[in-house]
Amino acid sequence: MAMFLLRRLGLMILTLWILSLIVFFAGQILPGDPGRAILGNLATQSAVQNLDHTLGVDRPLLTRYLSWIGGLLHGNFGTSYTYRSAVEPFVRAALINSVKLAALAFVIVVPLGIIGGVIAALYVGRAADRIISVSGLSLAAIPEFVTGIVLIVIFGVTLKVLPVTASAGAGAGDFNQFRHLILPAIPLVFVLFGYIARMARAGTIEALNSDYTRTAILKGLPRTTVIRRHVLRNSLLPTITVIATQTGYLIGGLVVVEDLFNYQGIGNLIFKAAGVKDFAMLEAGVLTIGVVYVLATLAADLLLIALNPRLRTGAGND
Amino acid sequence: MTDITADAGGAAPLEPGGSLGPLGPAGGTVAVAVPTAAVPRAVWRLLLRRPTFLIGAVIIVFWVVCAIFGHAIAPFNPLAQQLLFNNTAPSGAHWFGTDTLGRDVLSRVVVGSRDILIVTPLATILGTILGTALGLAMGYLGGAFDLIVGRIVEAVLALPAVIIAFLFIVALGPSKTTLIIVIGLIFTPLIARTVRAAVLTERNLDYLSSARLLGERPLRIMFREILPNIMPAILVEFTVRLGYAVFAVATLSFLGFGVQPPTPDWGADIAADYSGLLAGYWWQVLFPALAIASLVIAVNLITDSIEQVLSS
Repeated sequence: MAMFLLRRLGLMILTLWILSLIVFFAGQILPGDPGRAILGNLATQSAVQNLDHTLGVDRPLLTRYLSWIGGLLHGNFGTSYTYRSAVEPFVRAALINSVKLAALAFVIVVPLGIIGGVIAALYVGRAADRIISVSGLSLAAIPEFVTGIVLIVIFGVTLKVLPVTASAGAGAGDFNQFRHLILPAIPLVFVLFGYIARMARAGTIEALNSDYTRTAILKGLPRTTVIRRHVLRNSLLPTITVIATQTGYLIGGLVVVEDLFNYQGIGNLIFKAAGVKDFAMLEAGVLTIGVVYVLATLAADLLLIALNPRLRTGAGND
Repeated sequence: MTDITADAGGAAPLEPGGSLGPLGPAGGTVAVAVPTAAVPRAVWRLLLRRPTFLIGAVIIVFWVVCAIFGHAIAPFNPLAQQLLFNNTAPSGAHWFGTDTLGRDVLSRVVVGSRDILIVTPLATILGTILGTALGLAMGYLGGAFDLIVGRIVEAVLALPAVIIAFLFIVALGPSKTTLIIVIGLIFTPLIARTVRAAVLTERNLDYLSSARLLGERPLRIMFREILPNIMPAILVEFTVRLGYAVFAVATLSFLGFGVQPPTPDWGADIAADYSGLLAGYWWQVLFPALAIASLVIAVNLITDSIEQVLSS
């Protein structure tokens, strides 16, 4: 158990380190000179070089990497070239916005996916199962911006019942902001639904075919009791852990959805920073996402261990 | 299993990533035990009997025809602007209406199929070749090589794929070649993991011991003995990844990392015109969006059929 946690932790650090390398060096080979980007085409070469020197971008790569990592470890995420101020407040605000959107998507999709999967399992092979499985599969495969556009056309343009931008604007009430987030959350829900429903379905089918379920039925328990007490408790275990690992997907989905609905989240922040070659912002944003992702994966593993006593003994961890 | 939804990152959604153990309970792994000889014809017969396969195939053939003969089929030149007739709603002359520059949307949808149909299979083939080679080496050689590469693969898989793709494309500059290479490289560790799992099931079988006793070299054993036997698993993996590749290519073009304007492209055209939705010009984006959806669903119908046939 302790061994497993240690290995997990080691792997987390390795992953973050590889990510920091990729982020940093990808940022460095971005075409364009930060000094030139800030001062514009009319600035003299010496002014550009001066600014590059002030920014420290003319130092050797390794030195810059080490000072960047050193800064990160001290909580210094760097200075944005475009805003001329620390990137940290921007990243934090964007992260909070994204968490709101992602949380709404999860709140909708988790019960929906589980209910869908359990219904499909109870009626396995019949129409309800086919409809849930096939629609889940198809929805999961369609890019978010495609479903997003169909939703905007239906609810925003034709029926005019929901706002088509994600931000309600400054000073808007919580309920108003919530209304603005509904449409952007649905494409994320669509992609996640199929996967959660599939896991819930597989888990439920397995539990239904187990000996303990047969025993419960044979001793005369009502069907609903059997399902609630014996089937669901066992079938939802893998589903719960799978849900936690979906943050990785969500991050990618957020880049697209936030762009489509013009929402100031972390996906949008990275996307815009890449567009204007704001390295510090880009690097801080991507690393933040990496940390969130790695932590979520760890949480999923811990949850699985907590819920499954067999993994707690330390045997068969591989 | 029909794990179409398993992948890492946004372009590639839904991999149960970073699970327990070195390579985890492999996400999309399919251990299909089919005797390879005599498979093709029987498989074809079974596939052709499945309506889902036929529907998917018809849609794909339609788009392939559009990709090849697009300019001949399209009623207008997809680049020709008629600024006096911009933003016109669908009509007899322009079935899908016109865009902000007065270009015919139908023609752009037809011709716009070309690049996605070139990039998607090439990226998937690249990833499958590299992933198969890596997976064969990991599974067959085992030992320290498997351990070290396995750790690196695991660390790479733990990164959100879309972010990595994004960084590299921004760094290298958007082009079709970049898209193919980046998506291919992102698929490599995923495919390697599946292939490795398939090799492990073959590793202790008698034919491999005999090959070793006959003094065959490792490379020959890997590619001549093992590879043909794990072909069905690789085929399924290939079609699954093809579905993701469509998702990824469409998404990256939408974000502006694919084909550059004015060349018609579904994702790029949607990105260019979706602000017009607020003004009610729904036709400019809805039709390319439906085109993407149809292609994605077609690929998944075929993948699902192949999996069902091979696992039955």
